Amino acid sequence: MDFTTHVINGLGLGSIYALVALGYSMVYGIVQLINFSHGDIIMVGGYSVYLVMSILGLPVWIAAPVAIIVCTLTGVIIERVAYHRLLVHNAARISLLITAMGVSIFLQNVFMLFFGSDPKAMPPLFTSTILKIGSLELASSTILNIITSVIMMSGLQLLVNKTKIGKAMQAASEDTEAAKLMGINTNSVIAITFAVGSALAAVGALLYSNTYPQVRPDMGNLLGLKAFVAAVFGGIGSIPGAMLGGYALGVAESLTKAYISTKLTDAVVFGILIIMLLVKPSGLMGKNKKEKV
Amino acid sequence: MTAFRKKIATNYIINAILVAILFVVLVILINTGVISRYNTGILTLVCINVILAVSLNLVTGILGQLVLGHAGFMLVGAYASSLFTLNSNLPLEISFPISLILAGMVSAVFGFVIGIPALRLRGDYLAIITLGFGEIIRVVSYNLKITNGSMGLSGMGTLSNRENPSPMFIYAFLIAVVVIVIMFTFGRSRHGRAVISIREDEIAAESMGINTVYYKLFAFVLAAFIAGVAGGIYAHHIQMIDPAKFDFNRSVEILIMVVLGGMGSITGSVISASVLTALPEWLREFSQYRMVLYSAILIIVMLFRPSGLLGRNEISVPKILANIKKRIANKKVPSDAKEE
Repeated sequence: MDFTTHVINGLGLGSIYALVALGYSMVYGIVQLINFSHGDIIMVGGYSVYLVMSILGLPVWIAAPVAIIVCTLTGVIIERVAYHRLLVHNAARISLLITAMGVSIFLQNVFMLFFGSDPKAMPPLFTSTILKIGSLELASSTILNIITSVIMMSGLQLLVNKTKIGKAMQAASEDTEAAKLMGINTNSVIAITFAVGSALAAVGALLYSNTYPQVRPDMGNLLGLKAFVAAVFGGIGSIPGAMLGGYALGVAESLTKAYISTKLTDAVVFGILIIMLLVKPSGLMGKNKKEKV
Repeated sequence: MTAFRKKIATNYIINAILVAILFVVLVILINTGVISRYNTGILTLVCINVILAVSLNLVTGILGQLVLGHAGFMLVGAYASSLFTLNSNLPLEISFPISLILAGMVSAVFGFVIGIPALRLRGDYLAIITLGFGEIIRVVSYNLKITNGSMGLSGMGTLSNRENPSPMFIYAFLIAVVVIVIMFTFGRSRHGRAVISIREDEIAAESMGINTVYYKLFAFVLAAFIAGVAGGIYAHHIQMIDPAKFDFNRSVEILIMVVLGGMGSITGSVISASVLTALPEWLREFSQYRMVLYSAILIIVMLFRPSGLLGRNEISVPKILANIKKRIANKKVPSDAKEE
């Protein structure tokens, strides 16, 4: 294993972080909420794939849309039931944050109730092979991750920059009140943001369960936390930033595993976060917000 | 002025008497075996969580900064005190109190070192960076030799035993009382008001000549000290610690206690910490459903009462007594009037 292989493997892992980080970043951009329940959307996606493929025995091309639909619905329902009231009443941000944590605990425990706390093995989604490119040996899942994430990212960029709803999203994240005055229905924009973020998380869940074939009720915890770190690293609120942050984190993790210590990867990940926050709190691609007195 | 002073003095005396009665009653019940050893353990845990919640309330409620790594300080305190009692040759009766002070001091040093860079940030960013530090403390303690990795430490010994089941509870209870008193008096002191002004408007406070960096750091380090002491008691209460006990979820748990009780309300923190600790323990029969129920209640409370159960208000027994007195007096007046 040489340096290039580690970097590419890191990119493969980073693609999953990036897809999840996009959800964090988009939601934060619009409602300034660190959506701690976002990591658990991946878990929901993982279990839907598990249900469709292992229990019902259906192929992956049915499981994938099912997972995406289930996650999107979950995301929107969470927004409507748990956050909507607080957002409408302009409640303190910390109340929203605690609600998000409550949703996270709720989802994990409901799934634990139904499926038990032990990990469930997943069937392979796609046949995995080792690809040889020159002297490089890469798992096909790594390549699949990278390609999927790039496609998703381009699609999202198109959605945000070229469509009407995307422009409404941009406006709402710039200034929600002003967007309302301009006739944008910010309520539906928020719901759509949650839907898009959750759908991306579902794709992340598919890639994750293809790469690490098992599901657990608490699988969203660390994955969500790391994706969040990626979002902050790239500049929370920025879409290319979240993507870049995800890749950077994946590569950093893979290189740490290879050259420093497997046990210290998480410490390195959070160490990078702290250094980033101290040097440039707005992240790699974030905008600096001036404080108004 | 003197009447005001006198009123405050009587209030303090009433509260002191009530706390003393509660303490004596609980200790007698524990020593006579009315409260089982299992329930004594829960009561001790309640006191530990009260200490933690009240200390986090200082940073989150009174200083107004969101912190997501409080369990990290607890971990530092737990390991510091355990390592001291394990390695010193003193009897536990002597080494335990010393270890608690040591735990607080080591944790305060960590709070200082983390606080200097972290407190430059505000709001969500501060929350994120404390989360990062908390996780780093945990991951590093997994990998150090002195902390014995993921095995953790055990065999600290405890002061409570079958013949004498109350010492750990007494320690936890008294320290909780001391911490609550410190918080109350601090909140009403000159320094406390400076800290509150930072919560209300940091820029305005700074322009009024308040050294915001100093006060933020002061509150942060004080909270870290107290969390460290709580960690020390916790370690000697359960006698087996490993890094997994102090993860992100633990920090969240403490934060939930603070927010649910009402940020800035010390009595709110005490009540919610007590209920949230005791309730899940007593609901063990429904263990499968308790966390679902717990999180559902949390979401519902936040939806319908976003500022927490008590908001920023405090429950005060003297005030309630005064209210009752007033009501009785009011009732008497009309009846007197009728007689005339």
